[in-house]
Amino acid sequence: MCGIVGLLIKNPALRDRLGELMVPMLIGMTERGPDSAGLAVFTDTLPDRERKYSLHAGADDFNWAGLGHDFQAHLAAEAKLSVQGNHAVLVSDLAPDTVRLWLKEHYPQLHLLSVGRSIDLYKDIGTPGAVAERYDFKALKGSHVVAHTRMATESAVTPAHAHPFTAGEDFCLVHNGSLSNPYEVRRMLEPHGIHFDTDNDTEAACRYLEWRMREGDDLESALRKGIAELDGFYTFLMGTTDKLALLRDAFGCKPAVVAESDDYVAIASEFRSLAHLPDVQNAHIYEPAPEEMYVWTA
Amino acid sequence: MDSLSFDLRTTPLREMNAFLHRHTDADPTREIAVLNPDGAHNIAVGLDVPLHVDIRGHAGYYAAGMNKLAHVTIHGNAGTGVAENMMSGVVRVKGFASNSAGASAHGGLLIVDGDASLRCGISLKGGDIVVGGSVGSFSGFMAQAGRMVVCGDAGEALGDSLYEAVIYVRGKIRSLGADAQIEPMQETDFQAVSELLAQAGLNFDPEEFKRVASARQLYHWNADANQEY
Repeated sequence: MCGIVGLLIKNPALRDRLGELMVPMLIGMTERGPDSAGLAVFTDTLPDRERKYSLHAGADDFNWAGLGHDFQAHLAAEAKLSVQGNHAVLVSDLAPDTVRLWLKEHYPQLHLLSVGRSIDLYKDIGTPGAVAERYDFKALKGSHVVAHTRMATESAVTPAHAHPFTAGEDFCLVHNGSLSNPYEVRRMLEPHGIHFDTDNDTEAACRYLEWRMREGDDLESALRKGIAELDGFYTFLMGTTDKLALLRDAFGCKPAVVAESDDYVAIASEFRSLAHLPDVQNAHIYEPAPEEMYVWTA
Repeated sequence: MDSLSFDLRTTPLREMNAFLHRHTDADPTREIAVLNPDGAHNIAVGLDVPLHVDIRGHAGYYAAGMNKLAHVTIHGNAGTGVAENMMSGVVRVKGFASNSAGASAHGGLLIVDGDASLRCGISLKGGDIVVGGSVGSFSGFMAQAGRMVVCGDAGEALGDSLYEAVIYVRGKIRSLGADAQIEPMQETDFQAVSELLAQAGLNFDPEEFKRVASARQLYHWNADANQEY
């Protein structure tokens, strides 16, 4: 199982209510994914040189102030931190490679969840309701969100194995299903210098698609190649700075329903997560066809 | 006729289903309205009296599953497995139906006004299915008995490994499954299509339909086929 949820706001006036609209959708997918939950939210884009780093610490008592102090002392640059328990978003205008390396060297216990100019990422173990409460998801603002509720079938239940997965910058993927050739994909990617954080099958799909886009494909052609390379069952939902994309495998084993109105595009594994959206009774509701790419622009 | 309604935002689904199962009063044909179904699973499953149940909205998985005698109408879309394992009665979906609509139905009639997704009528065992729109890939897979009428198009591998069920398609067939073949329509086929369309209230000319049935080449093991069919 697993549940996927996506929401893209078309009416800018509703962007401040993104979290409030999304939380019931996420909680609606609890039965499909009770062990972990997470989301990536795409917000206003930072200036050219700046990057946001979503960080996850194992424990709530992590010394974030100490990290901010060390960052300044070692790198002679300011780190703006917004902290929420075991999670923080760090903003810096240093080169992303410098920051990544510094984090790895000085804070190897931290999990770097995402990097980019518009993405914030949260994921942890617990029921979707508990995770939403922990990080105050209802207060999130932004143009679109990609969320997931997990029922693990093929690798451990840890915060790192929860979805969304990210690769590169401002890209994330959530997955309902299971891949049968993730190790083949890994063995193909690793010689290109691509590093994996977990043994999770979804991470292979995420890194494959990001690699294709880094090699010059746009999202659509990367997905077209993904259909050929990735074997297994999947409904994938992906987010980039300005896009939300959906793809189902040829066998349509894993569900998805879309509701489109003038105000939003809402996606979920099942209609029960869409039932409480405003004016959903007048939205255009449809089931995305297998092997067809659906891409919406924020 | 007396009518009764259940609002699923305030009444637990199990309570409603339990009521429908115990429903043995003097007027077994009375109308039951289900309000705010909101995509819940298992609405009106296992009915075995000739009730008329109106689901006013979208249903989740297995709506009207195992139906016997009852007439269930979904005024919206249906999730996976609508009317699966139906024994008799009529189930109508006014919108679209997701995967495996009418799976394994032994009897009764399933009508989907819109499209039905993949694997519609999989392992059909004697029920009838009429789809006003198109059906997805692998529809009629291993269907053993019963009839399917598809007024739109059919996806890949239609009727793969068919037994004695017959599929009538009005539109294009993307591909036929193993052992499925297009056969000439006989008088009994025109009659069957005409009857089923009339029951579904759909106005199409039976002359426009093709008959898809089993070539019966998979019924017996063929060592010479080298596992290629």
